[in-house]
Amino acid sequence: MRARAVSFAAVTLPPVIMLALLGVLWELLCSSPTATLPPPSKVLTDTWELIVNPLYDNGGIDKGLFWHLYASLKRVGLGYLFASTIGIGLGVLIGSSKWAMRALDPLFQVLRTIPPLAWLPLSLAAFRDGQPSAIFVIFITAIWPIIINTAVGVRNIPEDYRNVSKVLRLNGFEYFIKVMLPAAAPYIFTGLRIGIGLSWLAIVAAEMLIGGVGIGFFIWDAWNSSLISDIILALVYVGIIGFLLDRLVAFSGKLIGRGTVNV
Amino acid sequence: MSTDKPVEYLKIEHVCKTFGKGESRSEVLRDISLDVAKGEYISIIGHSGCGKSTLLNIVAGLTDATSGYVFLEGREVHEPGPDRAVVFQNHSLLPWLTVYDNVRLAVDKIFSGKKTSAERHAWTLHNLELVHMTHAMKKRPGEISGGMKQRVGIARALAMSPKVLLLDEPFGALDALTRAHLQEEVMKIHAELGNTVLMITHDVDEAVLLSDRIVMMSNGPAAHIGDIREVALPRPRNRLELIADAEYIAARGAVLEFLHKKSHYVEAA
Repeated sequence: MRARAVSFAAVTLPPVIMLALLGVLWELLCSSPTATLPPPSKVLTDTWELIVNPLYDNGGIDKGLFWHLYASLKRVGLGYLFASTIGIGLGVLIGSSKWAMRALDPLFQVLRTIPPLAWLPLSLAAFRDGQPSAIFVIFITAIWPIIINTAVGVRNIPEDYRNVSKVLRLNGFEYFIKVMLPAAAPYIFTGLRIGIGLSWLAIVAAEMLIGGVGIGFFIWDAWNSSLISDIILALVYVGIIGFLLDRLVAFSGKLIGRGTVNV
Repeated sequence: MSTDKPVEYLKIEHVCKTFGKGESRSEVLRDISLDVAKGEYISIIGHSGCGKSTLLNIVAGLTDATSGYVFLEGREVHEPGPDRAVVFQNHSLLPWLTVYDNVRLAVDKIFSGKKTSAERHAWTLHNLELVHMTHAMKKRPGEISGGMKQRVGIARALAMSPKVLLLDEPFGALDALTRAHLQEEVMKIHAELGNTVLMITHDVDEAVLLSDRIVMMSNGPAAHIGDIREVALPRPRNRLELIADAEYIAARGAVLEFLHKKSHYVEAA
């Protein structure tokens, strides 16, 4: 019992102490009257209303932070869902077919270097609406690492597993479900984790441009109203949710990969 | 087990294999012909790189012969199938499945529609019992030793009720004691089930102990069957009693002499 408490403290104490030290440093640096950014104490008093009332809704974009985050998560969720389904499908295709690989890989290698936001004007032109455009930006951001990692995973399936499947005469579908997906799972989940991280990075920027409800536009709006403390609070939330999303994908990888995914 | 006039069961006929084309063309196997009787235990021995694994893969249907044919019960073989179950050198169990599920995967695929779920379960357990692995059936391959993995590989192959069991250096990666133990078990299973076995090995003692006939391959390139030695030892065989047995010593000597004198070493190797 004592040993467990000690080891628990050994893991949790260092980051807590570090956080406290950084808070003190920040407080000291921003306490002078000429400081351009508010110290943490001021951030807390300024944003107290937002922290304790995340669920208020006064119509329009005057909503609690929960609703902004919820809107952003919904966009990310949809775009990411498309990206993972189509990404894994395309990854399997170019991982298992030499010709698909030769035809598509160079294209993907060029397309994946395009910054997410560069797609936004084009998708606005195509969809003529902010909502689908933002979802498309998430989709196009997350899909490349998913495709590329899935393809590598499929290409690296040991010859032995393929031979076993051949001896057993597994058909294409059985091979896909019983051998290919689990064998490539560690790679696929690496792609999915990079994908979710990039999606969350892109959504804030995309929302700043499309406006409406969403944590990105909340930040931009706060800047326009010079509510610096609101911006800092929003950044804290964005960071925590990004971290939770990453953990969530890693956790489902562990669950689905049945011991083959090491995260 | 061995007969003077083998009944045609597995027939390898004038099999040749070349890899590549033009300049990089290399001939691996030249004109291999071999008849295997039902229930016979055949070892194929030769130096590494002589193409014995290629020959096994051709029989398995995993590799196509450049020319020549393989017949099993009079029907030509040109694709892999469960009637020629392979025990791979590195066990090749699927790491995300338990020991039980690895065998069950094969049982489910081969007996779907022919056995009920309960029968398939019983058959899976039966084959795990044959190799004494029921105690670890809920474990994943990563949690058991190399010898145990190889047992499961054997159970999976046996569970397919194959006409021919193909063993690709099945004990090559194991320590000497584990190897001896598994050899005993394979002998027992062979005595019990009367499987027809084609085994690749580079271990002379293993070949003499287990086989009815030993096929000696010359060195590559263009390896061919250099000699075939019949091992006229009664079964069951006991490795300790055999140490002083005249036939055992003679067979062992013949294989050793072939490997070290008649088949020249490849200089580049």
